[in-house]
Amino acid sequence: MSVRISNVARLVCSLGALVAVGAQAQTLKIGLASEPTAIDPHYHQATPNDALTTHIFEPLVAMSPDMKLIPALATSWQAIDDVTWEFKLNPKATFSNGKPFTSEDVLFTMCRLQNNETSISGGFQNVSKRIAKIETPDAHTVRLITQTPYPVFPNELARVPMIWNGVAEHGKLTFSPKEGCGVTGAWPTVNDFNSGRATIGTGPYLMKSYVKGNGIDLTRNDAYWGEKPEWQDVRMVAVPSAGPRLTGLLSGDFDLIENPAARDLKRIKDSGLGYVTKPSVRVMFFQLDTARNPSPMVKSPKGDNPLQDVRVRQAISMAIDRKTIVARIMDGVATPAYQFLPDGMFGALAPAPELKYDPKAAKALLTEAGYPDGFELTLSSTNDRYINDAQITQAVAQYLSRIGIKTNVDTMTRSVYFPRRAKRDFSASLGGWGSETGEASNFIQYWTTSTKPELGMGGSNYGGYSNPELDSLFIKAIGTVDDTQRSALLNQVLTIALKDMPNIPLHFESGVWAFRKGLTYEGRADQRTMATSTRVAK
Amino acid sequence: MALFILRRLLQSLFVLLAVSVVVFFAVYAVGDPIELLVSPEVGQAERAALVARLGLDLPIWQQYGHFLWNALHGDLGNSFVHSMPAIELILQRMPATFELVVVAIFLTCILGIPLGMVAGLYRDAPLGRGIMATSVLGFSLPNFWQGMVFILLFAVWLGWLPASGRGPTVEVLGIPFSIFTAEGWRHVAMPAVNLAVANIALILRLTASGVVEARNQEYVKFARAKGIKPGRIVRRHILRNILIPVVTVIGMEFGSLIAYSTITETVFSWPGMGKLLIDSVYQLDRPVVVAYVMLVTLLFVVINLIVDILYAVLDPRVQLLEPAH
Repeated sequence: MSVRISNVARLVCSLGALVAVGAQAQTLKIGLASEPTAIDPHYHQATPNDALTTHIFEPLVAMSPDMKLIPALATSWQAIDDVTWEFKLNPKATFSNGKPFTSEDVLFTMCRLQNNETSISGGFQNVSKRIAKIETPDAHTVRLITQTPYPVFPNELARVPMIWNGVAEHGKLTFSPKEGCGVTGAWPTVNDFNSGRATIGTGPYLMKSYVKGNGIDLTRNDAYWGEKPEWQDVRMVAVPSAGPRLTGLLSGDFDLIENPAARDLKRIKDSGLGYVTKPSVRVMFFQLDTARNPSPMVKSPKGDNPLQDVRVRQAISMAIDRKTIVARIMDGVATPAYQFLPDGMFGALAPAPELKYDPKAAKALLTEAGYPDGFELTLSSTNDRYINDAQITQAVAQYLSRIGIKTNVDTMTRSVYFPRRAKRDFSASLGGWGSETGEASNFIQYWTTSTKPELGMGGSNYGGYSNPELDSLFIKAIGTVDDTQRSALLNQVLTIALKDMPNIPLHFESGVWAFRKGLTYEGRADQRTMATSTRVAK
Repeated sequence: MALFILRRLLQSLFVLLAVSVVVFFAVYAVGDPIELLVSPEVGQAERAALVARLGLDLPIWQQYGHFLWNALHGDLGNSFVHSMPAIELILQRMPATFELVVVAIFLTCILGIPLGMVAGLYRDAPLGRGIMATSVLGFSLPNFWQGMVFILLFAVWLGWLPASGRGPTVEVLGIPFSIFTAEGWRHVAMPAVNLAVANIALILRLTASGVVEARNQEYVKFARAKGIKPGRIVRRHILRNILIPVVTVIGMEFGSLIAYSTITETVFSWPGMGKLLIDSVYQLDRPVVVAYVMLVTLLFVVINLIVDILYAVLDPRVQLLEPAH
């Protein structure tokens, strides 16, 4: 009798435990490094926001972890002619409220991008402004016609989540953003999304609650049209300091954290937890002042600006031992950069010739350029924005000192650094840039082409570098729709940029994610932390 | 009394004005927030539109003028980063800070005052000396280090308490509080203790010195001579008379904790106002920083006022206004 009861009791207990474990395994707790500023997908173009909103909303085309374009809401797409892109939409796709995803929603989204009053960084307006006309021949076909040939268009569309056209009252929708597109009611604002009223997407998760500072709760979209999402609930909490974020993982508060400090990786491994690193598209580089004579932070014995001589710039690049910086300062969690986009991506040199560490040749080049005794230079950087930014700058300063350039280091907090750099206070400034389009024209467009605001070029070219040959090749490249030709042109552009070296690439940061035992995480080159990349280990 | 309060409030208006000027121009001097908000991918036209929308293209004295005019109508501006009214943003976070501070002050009172009385009454015994010596640690250890040690001990090694964040909340009178849930107490325990330790040490020493001084007063000697039980002497006579400075200090500490528990909030990722302040300073979110400092100034003024009134109530010898002759 008693044996039977205890057996029954044991069975009940183990069943209970199973249920408890099962229920527990269904909630994923993520510790983020920075808090998303809103759940409105078009509010602010920043990685934390993009990562969060992609759980709830989806773009027409998505990016794989290696930043290749893959079908999302569109099953296929092609360029019918130089300016017309036709997308075939997935007929199975539906919003979380049951409504089907149609070409009307694409039209509405593009209209909203240009009628988004509350957005704080122009959020995606550029993408919409490139469109001249939108045709919706049927519910599952949409044609986007751009003003000028723009082959990178699908890559840019990969970052634009689609919203439901029912969040604003409207009559017949047409693509006339300046006239309101046929919308009669009020356009959705950021608060409409943060409160949940307009947060209706096609994605695998639904917004359960969003309390700024406290945490974001998502729950599984059981009516999701695609692959069943793994987790029942997802809870994201932002813990900006790396130390407390790690202790959260160690103590079991979090199942997954992003960006643990590189020095803690050994501790993570020793504690039986797992981690994964993935080279990202974010390249760290120094931008040199090539335009001004004299330059504010350069002092030369000849009274000029040595940075204007290409031999001096090449010498500086040769003096830096990138491999040692990656090994010692970045603790191996980085990849030396010999160009501005990781090898293997569209338009990147395959492979880029190695920028060898050769201090003797560097000194010889300096002497040839007329600076046998070197000159004085100040390197400027942030100390709280990029991983080990101040240490990288100090290391580079030491390498330059060894070839005779008397180098000072000036690091400052980012809220002082970025405005000053934009005012062109610096001669050699550290920068970081992630090519979110996953192809080579992105970096060149903002950092290397001559500053021409009307064409959207050179927006971050604070060094003032201007090479008409590079500019014209670049303009030709971004207008060439044929992939092979465009890739070859981009290779030419990159070769010129590396020969002239107005920007000296250092390394590519790697994204790091740490997680508890029993999970696996698929790292992404765009550094987004996604519940959809987290799986229970088999 | 009414005249006293009125005069105080008028004086505080000047203080608020001065504070707003200083902070406004100080944050302006650090740098241009546009660079931190806008990605270089944004076109020139959009960038210019955003600058105009935030009013950053006007000369600084004009921006201040706009701010002042709006402030007089109760609008302290919209956050640059969150696009919502700065006041609303701060008030959203206030309950979290408030409940953390209330728990910390509660701990301070129930631990600091009794311990201080014991230390004062048994000053020459090992017990009293031991308490005073330990209290030195209380206000010497750096706040952030202490917090991290707590996390290491209780969250990582022992696993008793969660390492960060605030617990689930329950709405009371429309305001979310986490101390009404059991899970909420587990989250608030460590940060509250972290804040309380330094205050306990302070109040402890203050109470102890007050007790030592009171013990030698005439009225206590008289009560002892009268044969009143020692317990009653301590409760009825000594305690009441030493409470005045203690109440003053607790009032000041309350204000100070509400305004500046930034470090504890950062270490424990407690979603309070302090963390909002530090984030806004980093992002050059000027409206939030100015609104925060003005709110805190108002808080200190009100607390000061209450403490002064309490002072007058507790001690009939205190006169708030000069006699009118």
